[in-house]
Amino acid sequence: MNKLYIFLKYFFIVVWTVFVVAPFLWALTTSFKDFQSVNGGVTYIPWVDFEPNLEGWKVLIKSPAKGGVDIIEPYFNSLFVTCTASLISIILGTLSAYALSRYTFKAGFVKNNDITFFFISQRIMPPIVLSIPFFLFLSSINLLDSLTGLIVVYIVLLMPIAVWIMVDFFNKVPREIDETALIDGCNPYQAFLKVVLPNSIPGLIVAGMFCIIFGWIDFFFAFILTFTEVQLLPVKIVALNSSVTPWWSLSASALVSVAPLIIVAFIVERYLSKGNLSGAIK
Amino acid sequence: MNFKHKYFFLFPGLFVLIGILIFPIIFVVRLSLSGWNSYNPGLDYIGLENYIRLFTDDPRFWESFFRLSFLSVTTVILQYVIGFALAHMVWKDIKFKRFFRVLFLVPMMTTPVIMTVIWRTFFHESLGPVNDMLSIFGVAPKWLTDPVIAKFTVIIVEVWQWTPFMFLLLLAGLLSLPKEPFLAAAIDGASPVRKFIYVTFPLMAPISIGAIIIRLIEASKIMDTVYVLTSGGPGTSTETSSFYIFIKGLREFQMGYAASMSFTYLIIMIISLTIIAKVLTKLLLKE
Repeated sequence: MNKLYIFLKYFFIVVWTVFVVAPFLWALTTSFKDFQSVNGGVTYIPWVDFEPNLEGWKVLIKSPAKGGVDIIEPYFNSLFVTCTASLISIILGTLSAYALSRYTFKAGFVKNNDITFFFISQRIMPPIVLSIPFFLFLSSINLLDSLTGLIVVYIVLLMPIAVWIMVDFFNKVPREIDETALIDGCNPYQAFLKVVLPNSIPGLIVAGMFCIIFGWIDFFFAFILTFTEVQLLPVKIVALNSSVTPWWSLSASALVSVAPLIIVAFIVERYLSKGNLSGAIK
Repeated sequence: MNFKHKYFFLFPGLFVLIGILIFPIIFVVRLSLSGWNSYNPGLDYIGLENYIRLFTDDPRFWESFFRLSFLSVTTVILQYVIGFALAHMVWKDIKFKRFFRVLFLVPMMTTPVIMTVIWRTFFHESLGPVNDMLSIFGVAPKWLTDPVIAKFTVIIVEVWQWTPFMFLLLLAGLLSLPKEPFLAAAIDGASPVRKFIYVTFPLMAPISIGAIIIRLIEASKIMDTVYVLTSGGPGTSTETSSFYIFIKGLREFQMGYAASMSFTYLIIMIISLTIIAKVLTKLLLKE
């Protein structure tokens, strides 16, 4: 019985591992292929099935004028939009989360939990519902196809995540530490900045990671609200997926785009194992 | 404590969010009562005409909605079962625990559309590795062009992408469970299966409900994957509500009609998610 269980367990883990890794391996080998080894039948192993070359990777840094793809600018656009929107969301979200965790609010039937729910429930909003008014709205103030417009939209996507994680985190930070600080003569802002925040760094990191993940992987708003002036990475790469698809540069650019977030996976795992994520979903 | 401070903490975030959202939402409602389209852009007033058309004369919207329900419920159930299994496996000590934990998290860190582009080449009917390997068995499923199989391709890609999120939430839950019930079960000599049914699962029920609801919310937005993988096709066989609204609104520029659809869609989403949350809570938290 126990042996069967252990066998099944490892069997399942191996199957899932293969499933997770397969597309990455496929992308990695494809990125070294040329036209012939993609279109002449399926090939797997470099040097045996096909002769690897670096063409797929080289076109990524060439300018479009020379037949390249140039993903450098979209890369930095994506990085800039994601980081700015995450930073703003974290700052505003953390302040609100602190208020919701430490003070009681009451306005008619609206209480703390309702305000928290209001923040988090913004995730329910399907992007398509917002996209039509945002499209018309941003075009009327000339922010369509601009980084500023996208950052504004991304704040709506990311702030709920920041509030969700931080409310929970602050609830776990003992109230005594702010009270001690207040008795020692700090005003509430000093108590927050000098005592509570330094004790909340793990929470801030986790919230930051999630904001960065959900900002970086968004495609929909970038796709609808930008065209030619500003291009984000996912839009650029999907645009490659047109008529005659260059599978090699497509694979190479996909790998380049997913690479930075693999580091995030390590950080999330570290905080997960330390138990800093545990309360977040109750 | 001086009560005024609390507003200084709360209001910047709250007002920024409300400020960004309030006009779009009011605007959607107003737009849905207008006949805004590409010939006639403008906020005229045509009453409930759009809604009447939606409820009486647009089976495609309702089909796309049921398709979305099918896709999101199926993917979330699969994600829950697989995610729970994986989380349970790497919860206690196994070899290379941290390696597997990181590995199982990786897919959710990748951009869905970009991975979908890779999946498209992976499932390519003549040049992809899947059909190449399946050709040993003499079968060649049309992963992207058969109306039935294409739905399952979408499900496979969604499961690959988002099971890690379920895994993350459930593993975080497992790691936060108290130790005493497990000690008690060990002293009683309970078998692993009984331990799971009587101890682990009931303790995980509240976390499970949270995780399922969160994933259902996200799954109900399925659209990027569909856009890149099949563009809603073949025909309309993988078209989801969001995608249909997108076509009507931002491809055919029937803004007024699309707004009425998106408002209806939002209301249906809120109602059905509330009902699902209530039902799940009743089912899993019986005692």
